[in-house]
Amino acid sequence: MTGLSRAGPFRRLQAALWRHRATQVLLLLSPPLGWFGVVYLGSLGILLLSAFWFLDPTTSAIVHTFSLQNFQLLASEEVYRTVAFRTAIVAVLVTLIDIAIAFPIAYYMARIASSRTRALLFVLVLLPLWASYLVKVYAWRVILAQGGLLDWLFGLFGVPGVSPGFSDLSMVIVFCYLWLPYMILPIAAGLERIPGSVLEASADLGGRGWMTFRRIVLPLVLPSVAAGSIFTFSLTLGDYITPKLVSKSQFIGNVVFDSQGVANNVPFAAAYAIVPILIMGLYLLGARRAGAFEAL
Amino acid sequence: MRTRSLFGAMAVIGLVSSACSSAATPSPAPTTPPAATASAPASASAAASPSASASPAGPSLPTSIGPGEGELDIIIWAGYAEDGTNQKAYDWVKPFEAATGCKVKTKEGNSSDEMVTLMRQGGGTVWDGVSASGDASNRLIANGDLAPINVDLIPDYKNIAPFLQSPPHNTVNGVHYGISHGWGGNSLMYRTDLFNPAPTSWASVFDPTLAAAYKGKITDYDSPIYIADAALYLKAHKPDLGITDPYELTQPQFDAAVQLLKDQQPFVGKYWVSYTDQIDNFTNGTTTIGTTWPYQVNTLQGQAPPVKVQQVVPSEGMTGWADTWMMSAHAKHPNCMYKWMAWMVTPAVQAQVAESFGESPANPQACDLLDKVGGVGPYALKDFCTAYHVTDKSYYDAIKFWKTPQADCGDSRGATCIDYSVWTQKWTEIKG
Repeated sequence: MTGLSRAGPFRRLQAALWRHRATQVLLLLSPPLGWFGVVYLGSLGILLLSAFWFLDPTTSAIVHTFSLQNFQLLASEEVYRTVAFRTAIVAVLVTLIDIAIAFPIAYYMARIASSRTRALLFVLVLLPLWASYLVKVYAWRVILAQGGLLDWLFGLFGVPGVSPGFSDLSMVIVFCYLWLPYMILPIAAGLERIPGSVLEASADLGGRGWMTFRRIVLPLVLPSVAAGSIFTFSLTLGDYITPKLVSKSQFIGNVVFDSQGVANNVPFAAAYAIVPILIMGLYLLGARRAGAFEAL
Repeated sequence: MRTRSLFGAMAVIGLVSSACSSAATPSPAPTTPPAATASAPASASAAASPSASASPAGPSLPTSIGPGEGELDIIIWAGYAEDGTNQKAYDWVKPFEAATGCKVKTKEGNSSDEMVTLMRQGGGTVWDGVSASGDASNRLIANGDLAPINVDLIPDYKNIAPFLQSPPHNTVNGVHYGISHGWGGNSLMYRTDLFNPAPTSWASVFDPTLAAAYKGKITDYDSPIYIADAALYLKAHKPDLGITDPYELTQPQFDAAVQLLKDQQPFVGKYWVSYTDQIDNFTNGTTTIGTTWPYQVNTLQGQAPPVKVQQVVPSEGMTGWADTWMMSAHAKHPNCMYKWMAWMVTPAVQAQVAESFGESPANPQACDLLDKVGGVGPYALKDFCTAYHVTDKSYYDAIKFWKTPQADCGDSRGATCIDYSVWTQKWTEIKG
């Protein structure tokens, strides 16, 4: 290494970093990890810390004294269990319905469509994601309202009063629509990865359509399905705008929003926000075991 | 393996360091030290009601309004700062901006709770002022969020109706914290083409036998303060509960009101939060009867084509709001805020506000403009001031204005009443 002893400071720094790889990695990653650690995890940490404070009833100001009263309230009142249960059930329902709808579309896109049709279908599937969330939800509100588009359509066939209006059914329909692209794409990617030779081999061994599907395709595509389900489950779990706009039901997010944004009861909202964090933590553990993180 | 433990270590360090350093910084409610003049109400807040002890007027009151700062940021109820966009005749923002050079930026609050939260943003520096109702104003005063106002700087203050010059919701211990704006009630709105005969009582929404006929079409105001409306209904229909003040309820009274609302919940189609939501719902008939502000009635009737709605003051009476313009203790544009407060109680502006929103103005001098033929705009009403009882103190006293429920009942019952934090929790329970 001639000339290194007379090298400039920059060269010496380069060399030092090359020798100490760990330091180099640390420096490269500290900005994004710093953002992640300080801004994201840090603010989450402060929020969760405030779950152990409480609100002064007279002034509506936060009292910074350790107290478990928020958690006591969560445990004692039935409505919070009901709301959390409802949120989780709707999230599971939306996930299952989306899997059922997305699978045929993804299968067609991945294995049957010609490359041009596939490209077109990809664009069509992605197109709704370019529209604003609120625009889509309000559009569905108009469609599903009593006297709205759905009523008109069924009215043409003489079937009256079909629209769900403000209800949990409307909410499920809207959620299924909103998150469908997030389910179609991972499944299509997963199905694409299945080599055609495997399916041919299965047919050679005497496997009919359903047998091949159940024994070969399904196990291979399950990680992708799990990956897509992470999106639909978590997005539904945390949503509060759609329930507010198309139903009168409360989700976890609505209780958090009403407690924090409206009543300024940040400690209670933080305490309740721990519930979806725990639910998602468990869900992600399950998804990890199903291999979702490799399929993403 | 080494890199993985490195990432883990960095994440933990980042998390711990930020939590430790920022634990002292509260979010978002600031622990602002109360101003000297607010110290009397602030210390009395521990007793949950301001005592009658004397307090100094304080050295922080300005003696004159300085030059405008060029900008004004205010939190308003919908319809309180019209600039001609909705109806050309109702515009008091643009003339204000032209006269004072203060560019007005507004934020609509959907409820008093939201307004309290907004006023405390950024330590009270984000918003200069707010049009607060009685259930927000006293909380803000008690927490020291507001600046005391020198009413001598407001020329039209002496013309305000006497019962609105120093009402308890904006004047505490003789210290003024705002200028009254106007008042009105939460009336019952209904679609005239769907209700025959017209409803005359809150029983149409609260009585299960009547409400069942309109299952899914009833609407309630989505705020815990609505429990007072249920209490008002029970005051008339269950007198043995002994409800006197719908905001100060003992446990059995409170439980009865909550139970009434829980029984009503299956029949409610929507709990409206935003006035635009209610306007949408009544326009397409999703909800057809429920509590409202006159602003929505005016807007619906003013649509092209007009929506067939009408409002009625039910026999049990109604809850209402008496609003005050109040200034933040840490306002960045205090001069513009003073100019706005002075502007808003001038007769011409009061007349426009009263007509466009459908409320009683604080300054009865506006009646000269309101009662003349044609009023000031398209929502003019013959004999406006008589219809809205502008100078009728007994009618004013009959409306149960929004105020923050406190544990201290304020009467012989002592400190046995339910405070607002329980109201908010129960409201979540009621909605299910």
